[in-house]
Amino acid sequence: MLRYVVSRLAAAVVMAVFATLIIFLIANTVPGDPALAQLGDLAASNPEFLAAFRAKWGLDLPLWERYLIFLKGLLRGDLGISIASQRPVLDDIISYAPATIELATAGFLLSVVIGVPLGVLAAVRRDTWIDHVARFISLAGVSAPTFWLAFIVLAIFYGGLQIAPGPGRLDTIAFPPARITGLYLVDSLLSGDWSTFTDALAHLMLPSIVLAAATLGLITRTTRASMLESMQQDYVRVARAKGLKEGTIVWGHVLPNALIPVVTLGGLAYANLLTGAVMTETIFSWPGLGRYTFRSAAALDFPAIMGITLVVAITYLLINLLIDISYALLDPRVVR
Amino acid sequence: MSTTTTVTPVAFDAVPSKRRRWLRRYGLASAGALIILSWILVAILAPVLAGHAPDVVDVTQRLRPPSATHWLGTDALGRDVFARLVYGSRISLTTGIIVVVLAAAFGTLVGGVAAYARGKIEELIMRVTDLVLCFPPIILALAIAAALGIGAVNTIIAMLVVWWPKFARLARSLIIVQRSQEYVEAAVVVGLSPARILIRHIIPNSIGPLIVLVTLDIGNAIITFAGLSFLGLGVVPPTPEWGSMVSEGRELIEQWWVAAFPGLAILTIVVGFNFLGDGIRDWLDPKSRRR
Repeated sequence: MLRYVVSRLAAAVVMAVFATLIIFLIANTVPGDPALAQLGDLAASNPEFLAAFRAKWGLDLPLWERYLIFLKGLLRGDLGISIASQRPVLDDIISYAPATIELATAGFLLSVVIGVPLGVLAAVRRDTWIDHVARFISLAGVSAPTFWLAFIVLAIFYGGLQIAPGPGRLDTIAFPPARITGLYLVDSLLSGDWSTFTDALAHLMLPSIVLAAATLGLITRTTRASMLESMQQDYVRVARAKGLKEGTIVWGHVLPNALIPVVTLGGLAYANLLTGAVMTETIFSWPGLGRYTFRSAAALDFPAIMGITLVVAITYLLINLLIDISYALLDPRVVR
Repeated sequence: MSTTTTVTPVAFDAVPSKRRRWLRRYGLASAGALIILSWILVAILAPVLAGHAPDVVDVTQRLRPPSATHWLGTDALGRDVFARLVYGSRISLTTGIIVVVLAAAFGTLVGGVAAYARGKIEELIMRVTDLVLCFPPIILALAIAAALGIGAVNTIIAMLVVWWPKFARLARSLIIVQRSQEYVEAAVVVGLSPARILIRHIIPNSIGPLIVLVTLDIGNAIITFAGLSFLGLGVVPPTPEWGSMVSEGRELIEQWWVAAFPGLAILTIVVGFNFLGDGIRDWLDPKSRRR
C-alpha cells in the first residue's frame, strides 16, 4: 500500500514539473516579441532601449536558462505580476480562491446528494417514469451550456419571478463577514452573524444549482450503469435468498460496491466544476477564480492566465492523486 | 415467456408492434439525426432563411422584443437576433465537426502506433497523453488560444491540442484487444506490412466505439468552442457566433431574448449529437441498452 502511494506521488510530482514546462513553453512561444508587445512603439524603435528591456527580463538568455529562472520563481511562489491588476498573480489567486471553493463545494455536494440517489432509483426502477426522468435530467445537464443555463436561471428566478437574490455573494448593501477563512458561510457562522449567513446562503443557491447541473448528469448516469451491473452479481442473489429486505440489499450491499466507479469519476467531475465555475461566476458576478479567469482572458492578461492554468493543473493533479489513493482503499486489488 | 401455444391477451401485449420495435431500435438515433440534419439545412440555407443581414447595425431598433419583423428580437446594436442565430449555425457546426474529426484522425493514428510499436515509443506517447489530460480541457485551450491570439482558426488549433489524447487512449486500448485476435496473426503470417495491417484491418475492426465517441464528442466540442467564444477568444467580434451572442446578452436580464435563443440553439444541436451517439451505441452494443 505504502509503495503504491509513494509511486503515485512520485508520478504526480513528475507530471507537475512537466506541466510547468508546458505552461512555460506556451508563454514563451507567443507569436510576436513580448518585448515589442510590452514597450510602446516609440521605445521599441530605440535599439538600446530594447536591449535593456530584454536584459532586464532575461529575454536575451537561452530558453532553458529562462525556464530554470521561471522554476526558481515558482518555488518562491512567484507567478509573475498581473497586467490588469498590477498585483502578484499569486496574491490575486489567494484572494479569489475562497469564493470559488465555497461555490464548487456547494455544487459538488448538491450533485452528489441528488445524483447518487437518483441513479440508484433509476437502476432499481428501470424503464419506469423515474428512469426516464433521470435520463432526461442527465441529458439536459450535459447538453446545456453552463453559461447559458446560468443566464436562464438568473433571468427566471431573479429577473422574472423575483424570488431569488441577484448576482454577487451578498446583497449590495451588506458587508462581508470578518475574513477568517474567506468562506462567507463559515466566517459568518464563526462570528455568529446569522443574517449574513442566511444572506450568503441565499446568494449561493442559484449558482450552485447551475454548477451542479453538468456534474449531476454525469454522476446519475454512472451510478445507474454501475448499479445495474452490480445488481446482477451472485452476492445479490445470496442476499435475496437469505431473505434480506430489498431496501437493505440495494442501499446496504449493492450501492457501496457500485460507488467505486463513481469515485473515480471525481476527477472528471472536478474538471467540470472548474470549467463551470468560469461560466457561472461570470454570469453571477461571483468574485472568484472563475470570474478572474474570464476577466484575464478578456483582457489577454497573460501572466494571470498562465498562473491560473498552472494552479488549476496542480490542483487537478492533487485531486487525481487523492482519487487514486482512495480507489486503492476501496478496492485493494488495484494495488497489485 | 410462456411455452403454451394459446394466445392470451397478455402474451399478445408482450410482443411490441413493429412500429414500437422500430422506435426502440432506431428512434433515438433518428431523432438525433433529424435535429442535426435540420441544423445543417439551416446552415446551408442561411442567406435564404435569415430575412435580415446578420451584421447590419441599426441603433434606432435596438433591444426590440420578438415581433413579426424581428422574430427573435434585436440585440444591443439593433441587429436581428434570428438572422445572427441562423448564420451562427455555420460556425458552430463546422468548428465542432472539424475539431473532432481532425482530433479523432490524429489521435487514432497516434494511439494505433503506440499500441503497435509497444516499448519505449508507446511509453512516450502515453506519457504525453497523460500530460495533456492533466489539464482541464477548457483551461488549457484557453491558455493556448490566448497565446495564439483571438480568432476561429487559432481557437480550433488550441482545441485540437487538448482534444486528440482521449482518442489516442481509446484507439490504443481498442487496438491492443484486436492485436491478439487470430486474424491479425494470420495477416502477419501472410507477410502484410504493419502499416497495412493497422490501417486496413485493425482500425476498421475497432471503429465502432470510436464512431460513438466522435458523435458524442461533436456536441462537446460545440459547447467548448461556444464557451471559448463566450470568454471572448473564439471569433473576432462582428462574426455571428452563438457563444459570443450569449456573452453579449449576458447582462441583459430584462432583454432576455438576446442571450436566451442562441443558447437554446446550442442546447438543441448538442442534444441532437447526444441522441445520435447514444443511439449508435445502443445499436452497436445491444447489451448497453439493457443496462
